[in-house]
Amino acid sequence: MKKNKAYLFLLPGLVFLLLFMIVPIILTISSTFKDQGQISFNGYIEFFKNKYFIQVLMNTLKVSLMTTLLCIVISLPVSYYISRIHGRMKSVLIALSVFPLLTSAIVRSFSWMIILGKNGLLNEILMNMHVIREPLNVLYTPTSMIIGLVHLFLPLMIISLVGVMENISDDLVQAAESLGASRFVAFRKIIFPLCVPGLIVGSILVFVGSLTAYTTPALLGGKQQVISVYLYQNAMTLNDWHAASIVATIMVAVTFVIVGLMNLTASKLNPRGENS
Amino acid sequence: MKQSNPVLAIFTILTFIFLLGPLAIIMVTSFGADSYLSFPPKSLSLHWYQHIFETEGFLSTFKTSIIVSIAGNLIALLIGLPAAYGLSRYQFWGKKFLNSFFISPLLIPGIVLGFALLKYVIVNYQFSIYTGLLIGHSIIMLPFIIRVIASSLANFDFSIEEAAISLGASRLATFFKIVLPNIRSGLIAAIVLAFLESFNNVDISIFMTGPGVSTLPIQMLQYVQNYFDPTIAAISVLMMLLTAALMYFIERLLGLSYFTKN
Repeated sequence: MKKNKAYLFLLPGLVFLLLFMIVPIILTISSTFKDQGQISFNGYIEFFKNKYFIQVLMNTLKVSLMTTLLCIVISLPVSYYISRIHGRMKSVLIALSVFPLLTSAIVRSFSWMIILGKNGLLNEILMNMHVIREPLNVLYTPTSMIIGLVHLFLPLMIISLVGVMENISDDLVQAAESLGASRFVAFRKIIFPLCVPGLIVGSILVFVGSLTAYTTPALLGGKQQVISVYLYQNAMTLNDWHAASIVATIMVAVTFVIVGLMNLTASKLNPRGENS
Repeated sequence: MKQSNPVLAIFTILTFIFLLGPLAIIMVTSFGADSYLSFPPKSLSLHWYQHIFETEGFLSTFKTSIIVSIAGNLIALLIGLPAAYGLSRYQFWGKKFLNSFFISPLLIPGIVLGFALLKYVIVNYQFSIYTGLLIGHSIIMLPFIIRVIASSLANFDFSIEEAAISLGASRLATFFKIVLPNIRSGLIAAIVLAFLESFNNVDISIFMTGPGVSTLPIQMLQYVQNYFDPTIAAISVLMMLLTAALMYFIERLLGLSYFTKN
């Protein structure tokens, strides 16, 4: 009896998600394999022959990869620092990382428009210091997109890593140091391997997040298109729903492959194996 | 613990300047008097705050955003609360799969979900744009509601519930008088987090705009693409104040350590 009750509690949610999420997405995906009532892959063949689309896809992957790498490199020392301090300062730093996370992506991208624009803060400072004569064109380039995305996702990475590093006992580090390891060696050989699973979870969040982000590339990317902006334009500006559905399918496929691969790596690296 | 490394401390400070500096710059520019964005502003005024209320669209889309976030939240609660309860209370076949299933809206790219909703829920199922907006926002709020409430229920001792039932209370009365009060802080935090997620959403809402229907973030996005004056900076400051207030609220209820635990 109890077993049936559980399903009863889950039923409304299941029906809701099936009807309004799963079915629409599956229909969107399946519609791309049909051409005048017949199964066909022509849409995809044309898409992958299209140089512009390949460029958009590559651009997106490159920007997402750079964003993820930068987030890893910056968040490792910062999270390590936060996880090793105690008391008030620690809560303040965690609060300061959570705040941007809950702030609108439009607000955060907009701030970089003020800074990176042609008459923006960065150019003003650099020109006043006579570092440059002509204003730099940073806004609307892949670089500005990467800066915006790192700004967007870094807090997520810091917070995921602090959670993992907090569970690593101070004693382990002290033991290593008392046995003669330098602080850096202790970090590299003790802390780092222990936070690899957390690092992978954080990287999935950042990579998939950057891959599918719309607001930041739309505001900071200019003509440099990424796949999500490309989907939107096909759907809403060009009204080509078939093309938009193909882009949507490719996005879902890429996301699932990446999440799957990273989960697989995480479960292999995690000695307990189960909670990846 | 030994004195912490100064290089590490400086690097951390620089990182936080990178994270928060841009937000501080927005705040300062919002008080500028010029009709273009400048930092630091040459003279100060509250003109752009006034301009928010004089510009058509911001107030009405703010209203839509609030209604959609609150109504969507109610739908998500209505579906999510029983689901979180079922997932925490019972052991059953397929539990692990269903757990991930309810979190899956987080995994599906928002822009794909938005497009699929437009294509099928609005065009095929013939729902109104407003209803589509509401459905879309309920979907993205569901994982937050379920995850936060389920983690509260994980700390709840269900034997208390059984005690109440064996003493003659009905199941429903037990749920409202025993279970809910015990997970109150988790419940409120779930509502607040889901609200922020919905209120800031762009990916779904951008496909669900029509005559008279649009949300504040979409209105902001369109404004930024056409004008470059401090109005958006002023709205941003108001939104950050709202975020800070809600965050303070969550901190009181759950403690911010909640975020590092996930």
